[in-house]
Amino acid sequence: MSATVVHSLWTTAADPISKIPAPKIEYGQLSPTLIVVGAALVGVLVEAFVPRKSRYYAQVFVSVVALCAAFAAVVALAADGYGTTKAHIAAMGAIAVDGPSLFLQGTILLAGLVGLFTFAERRLDPAAHGNRVDSFAAQAASVPGGDSEKAAVKAGFTTTEVFPLLLFAIAGMLVFPSANDLLTLFVALEVFSLPLYLLCALARRKRLMSQEAAVKYFLLGAFASAFTLFGIALLYGYAGSVSYARIAQVVDGTVTNVDPALANTMGNDALLLLGSALIVMGLLFKVGAVPFHMWTPDVYQGAPTPVTGFMAAATKVAAFGALLRLLYVVLPGMRWDWRPVMWAVAIITMLGGAIVAITQTDIKRLLAYSSIAHAGFILAGVIATSKDGVSSVLFYLAGYSFVTIGAFAVVTLVRDAGGEATHLSKWAGLGRRSPLVAAVFAVFLLAFAGIPLTSGFAGKFAVFKAAADGGAAPLVVVGVISSAIAAFFYIRVIVLMFFSEPKPEGPTVAVPSPLTMAAIGMGVAVTLVLGVAPQYFLNLASQAGVFVR
Amino acid sequence: MSFPLLTATAALPAIGAVATAAVPAAQRTAAKWLALLVSLATLALAITVLVRFDPDGARYQLTESHAWIKDFGVRYDLGVDGIAVALLALTALLIPFIVLAGWHDADPLETGSKRWRPTQGFFALILAVEAMVIISFEATDVFVFYIFFEVMLIPMYFLIGGFGDRAHEHGEKAASTQRSYAAVKFLLYNLVGGLIMLAAVIGLYVVAGNFSLPEIVQARANGSLHMATSTERWLFLGFFFAFAVKAPLWPLHTWLPNAMQEATAPVAVLITAVVDKVGTFAMLRFCLQLFPEASKWATPAILVLSLISIVYGALLAVGQRDIKRLVAYASISHFGFIIMGIFAMTSQGQSGATLYMVNHGISTAALMLVAGFLISRRGSRLIADYGGVQKVAPLLAGTFLIGGLATLSLPGLAPFVSEFLVLVGTFARYPAIGVIATFGIVLAALYTLVLYQRTMTGPVKPEVSAMPDLRARELVVVAPLIVLLIFLGVYPKPVTDIVNPAVKQTMTDVHKTDPKPSVEAAK
Repeated sequence: MSATVVHSLWTTAADPISKIPAPKIEYGQLSPTLIVVGAALVGVLVEAFVPRKSRYYAQVFVSVVALCAAFAAVVALAADGYGTTKAHIAAMGAIAVDGPSLFLQGTILLAGLVGLFTFAERRLDPAAHGNRVDSFAAQAASVPGGDSEKAAVKAGFTTTEVFPLLLFAIAGMLVFPSANDLLTLFVALEVFSLPLYLLCALARRKRLMSQEAAVKYFLLGAFASAFTLFGIALLYGYAGSVSYARIAQVVDGTVTNVDPALANTMGNDALLLLGSALIVMGLLFKVGAVPFHMWTPDVYQGAPTPVTGFMAAATKVAAFGALLRLLYVVLPGMRWDWRPVMWAVAIITMLGGAIVAITQTDIKRLLAYSSIAHAGFILAGVIATSKDGVSSVLFYLAGYSFVTIGAFAVVTLVRDAGGEATHLSKWAGLGRRSPLVAAVFAVFLLAFAGIPLTSGFAGKFAVFKAAADGGAAPLVVVGVISSAIAAFFYIRVIVLMFFSEPKPEGPTVAVPSPLTMAAIGMGVAVTLVLGVAPQYFLNLASQAGVFVR
Repeated sequence: MSFPLLTATAALPAIGAVATAAVPAAQRTAAKWLALLVSLATLALAITVLVRFDPDGARYQLTESHAWIKDFGVRYDLGVDGIAVALLALTALLIPFIVLAGWHDADPLETGSKRWRPTQGFFALILAVEAMVIISFEATDVFVFYIFFEVMLIPMYFLIGGFGDRAHEHGEKAASTQRSYAAVKFLLYNLVGGLIMLAAVIGLYVVAGNFSLPEIVQARANGSLHMATSTERWLFLGFFFAFAVKAPLWPLHTWLPNAMQEATAPVAVLITAVVDKVGTFAMLRFCLQLFPEASKWATPAILVLSLISIVYGALLAVGQRDIKRLVAYASISHFGFIIMGIFAMTSQGQSGATLYMVNHGISTAALMLVAGFLISRRGSRLIADYGGVQKVAPLLAGTFLIGGLATLSLPGLAPFVSEFLVLVGTFARYPAIGVIATFGIVLAALYTLVLYQRTMTGPVKPEVSAMPDLRARELVVVAPLIVLLIFLGVYPKPVTDIVNPAVKQTMTDVHKTDPKPSVEAAK
């Protein structure tokens, strides 16, 4: 064979390849996610190779360093102007690097860091056989109450896998609000959901309840994911693309270069309406909006409390971020179709969450229903469809996530012989036994209730103002009415803590390690700072209030 | 930049509250003295405000203005007019007496947890309430006012629910249940009011774009800010509802008897003499000025409600068996007078109403605190448990009588002047309502004198035969209040001089002038 033949073979073989451009990946701009994913993989390796005794320390170290580094990366990107002037779409149209992305990623990372502190807490449960234990099962695979469980406890096993799982979940959450095409959105959804299902099942105490919660969450979550996927398929069928920008153009009717296939489907509004409704449904499931909230109380109650706190905060942040982007970037053209529906959802979510919460007797279920009511308040800001609406939601989420993690961290402290004493009757007179813990919890409850000078009030004011500006005054009225209803049960807990006589066999308050103290302290600090001097953070949120298209 | 006097007046008790709360558990007495000193220092600052305030000067004086939350259009704007100065002084004046009267109210019964510090908490909460009340009198930014109007509920709530009378006819457990019921009722009523107001506050922002009271009033006056009639009415109702709950106005009053009955006497004074004044004050400052047209539109309905308050409160006071409930219903009747005076839209009516707020604060404090001393001696709030006290404790009975006579507006005591002004002011415009309101005075005589007669006169009941008379501390509390009642009854000019220019301004804002006398003055 002559050289020329070889050469032509080369070129003909290489020709089709050269027509596929190498993807251009902006590694720097994706670094927050990449750092967290990398650390999660390192965590898996630690699980495999590091001796059992030192795994806990190695995992905590890796996770803390990764989350701090990722947060630093977010700050660096924001300082570089990626949140405002340099906002653009990275990774071949898959990821948007813009204000809302960076703001929410920062929030998720901080919430994740604080959540991690509660994950790593090992001083609350009494030491089992001389080993310090955390909130997680000794060995997830062993049957609850069985011999292998006893053996695992005796051997001092701990489930250090929770740290990489947490990091994977965070990584998914980082991508979720910045996903700029439907497939990335779905992959991110699964990446953060699956570790959460697992984490829910890992409680050290009340394991059956925890596993039940995980199964419920998984089944319902799988349904929701299936709906989302179906919706994505329909929307793809409608627009011929999964890219947000392209779909938005098709919806608006501003699309150029229409090929015959697209021309055929474009007019089919059934595909568009059904598809977007199904995707929105999947997202509303994740934020826990009525009527897709059924999983919330059971899962919040059954999951290990640190997981509940993290999940309640970070999932909401991520899912609202994705919802905002979907509604503001992809579907602004059909605003008049989705607004009435979202109005209805917001109203029943606010009222439903607040009313049902009144009858709750378990503190974790109570907080679950309260989180539903809060989802309703946030939806009021989403509906505003204005820049103010976006930034108010961003601000609300930032404030809310710290209150939530802090509140659940306090729940982990109140314990009796059976572990956490979550039944409300056991909280009677807590204020007399441990004034400080009760006072801190009261601060969180007041923030939930939206009392002025807490972050809850500033956030509520911001979203209601945006909603009123956007012409949704009735929604504001419903909002204040359900705030009043919600205030009732927050106050009931305060009454119980401060004005009831302590029971003789009541729970004790465990003295936590600096980890949980840091989580709670950060919650209180953020709550007060965002309540008293919110201007800086409002500025930040309002700078971050523009989506890149 | 000049010294921020108004901020200091509010910041001092706030800092004092934190400091008092931080006093170690064992140093209870130190905490009490600290609270007393802070409240006296606050009084000194308030007197400085009073002295530096020029009644004939600018509308708002000693103003301070700082950026706070730009995104919400909120500025930290403070400034006082004559009405605010008068109420500020009243608040600062009453707190030391409340602290002194409550000296032993929060001593721990049994030793609980080492970290449980009820005494420190009690005095810290009182100072916190003082700080918040003062700043709500000073705020000229609607949002700033709203924040403190709302947040003062929290310390108040703990004061009502956490501390009660030692003795209770049904035992400690029942007492604690009733207390927390009263506290929750107080909080829920006021919180609902506040949240309704929040909707109106947001609405105001949407309409006006900022929260500055002077700016909005000016913009409305010169026509640059137009408000649709229906919008103005809705916003007015939102604001008024919150203030009517706080004041309280019939039929939103039902939390007050519970709260005053269950709280200790000093806290009851704090509620009715200090905190509730924010409600009536805010009607004058915010409802009338921000929504003049809607205020005039609502006047007939509000006058009728306040008339009902006057008569209903007085009638129920006559029927009470519990001393503190009686004072509470009497207060509802008096708040009816205040609100009537405000909405009569005459300068006598509004001056009278402002003066009434001050006088009612002092007279209720005198009556209620003496009643508290009485109750703490016998361990019962029921009128039927007393009799012939004046024979064993003449000082106590005497001061109680003066407090009672002030409540029924006896000429020569301060409340007479204000009640007279309110009635005259109302009569000038609405004669029928003025006439009916006069019955309130008759009923007031009835309930006060019957209360005095049943508790103080008659044969000495065996349970009260060993009752000690007023102690030195208690005399220090009561004597100055009585001196003030008599002084302002004879010579109310110092207060009216401060108040009148501000009232004239408010009248101008609502475009109302006093009606011409129907009879020509004699040439």
